[in-house]
Amino acid sequence: MANTRTDGDAAGAPSGDARSAAIRDGLGVGVAVGVSGLAFGAAAVTAGLTVAQACVLSLLAFTGASQFALAGVVGGGGGLVAGSLGAVLLGGRNALYGLRLARTLDVRGWRRPLAAQVVIDETTAVATAQPDKASARAGFYTTAITLYVAWNVTTLVGAVGAGRIGDPDALGLDVLGPAAFLALLWPRLTAGRTEARVALAAAAVALATTPLLPPGVPVMLAAVAALPALLRREKSA
Amino acid sequence: MSVWIAVLATALGCYALKFAGLVAPQSVLDDPRVRRFTELVPVALLTALIAVQAFADGRSLEFDPARVAGLGAAVAALLLRAPFLVVLGVAAATAAGLRLLGV
Repeated sequence: MANTRTDGDAAGAPSGDARSAAIRDGLGVGVAVGVSGLAFGAAAVTAGLTVAQACVLSLLAFTGASQFALAGVVGGGGGLVAGSLGAVLLGGRNALYGLRLARTLDVRGWRRPLAAQVVIDETTAVATAQPDKASARAGFYTTAITLYVAWNVTTLVGAVGAGRIGDPDALGLDVLGPAAFLALLWPRLTAGRTEARVALAAAAVALATTPLLPPGVPVMLAAVAALPALLRREKSA
Repeated sequence: MSVWIAVLATALGCYALKFAGLVAPQSVLDDPRVRRFTELVPVALLTALIAVQAFADGRSLEFDPARVAGLGAAVAALLLRAPFLVVLGVAAATAAGLRLLGV
């Protein structure tokens, strides 16, 4: 497996190709997933948030699932305290991503609070799909900047144009998110049997618990699928 | 509680979680088993996310033929080693096309 040994590759000298591939990945994900901001902006305003509230969520919360969750609660007339808690809980996986990415990114000082804001599904997916540290960083920041700009611009457009935009599902936009994650995970899913097993178990856990638990919790819970790695003695990575 | 407070509380909470992961003491990663675990966590969470986005709507499981077909088309494109953007294009076009046909 190429992407399990990243630590020794400090300079990333021989990886010019890997670096441009990472940047391409980042741009692709940033633009493709960024378009979903249209759906969020429209959904938020339809749910009863103001345009400003929708935009502030995209600027400051900047984690799609949590934003959709809060808009859903506002729209459904649910309790705002529970709704906010649920939305924050949905963001819990970003903490696990941060733990995984801290060493790869190795950011210090004033840059660290900025980098923290963009530790999300998409940036983690692109960063962890790269073969070495230098391209992981390039992929992370390319995705981060492209997606942050695209997501916020399209949120505004979607929020202002809510009602005038047709159903984003009609264009198949709802498939872009999962398809992007699938494409990024693909090399890892097909390269290692452990990865494939963890992935299948995670999907099963998430789907089995979806009817039982509040939205967001099943995905967090799926982390248990990675637990066997804690129990087993280190083999050869 | 006004919607504004909910918006700001959500934003603050989400940021705090992102920051916590990044500044957590890296000594926890000294154990190779913990490191292996954090390597696998993104695989587990992202696959779970794909599964939920594909087969669930809120708390109910649902089977949306157009969406599932779109993801199936993505898998086919990946097996054919299509580039990233082609995979996305094929997936969205398949779903959109089927919905246009009333599937």
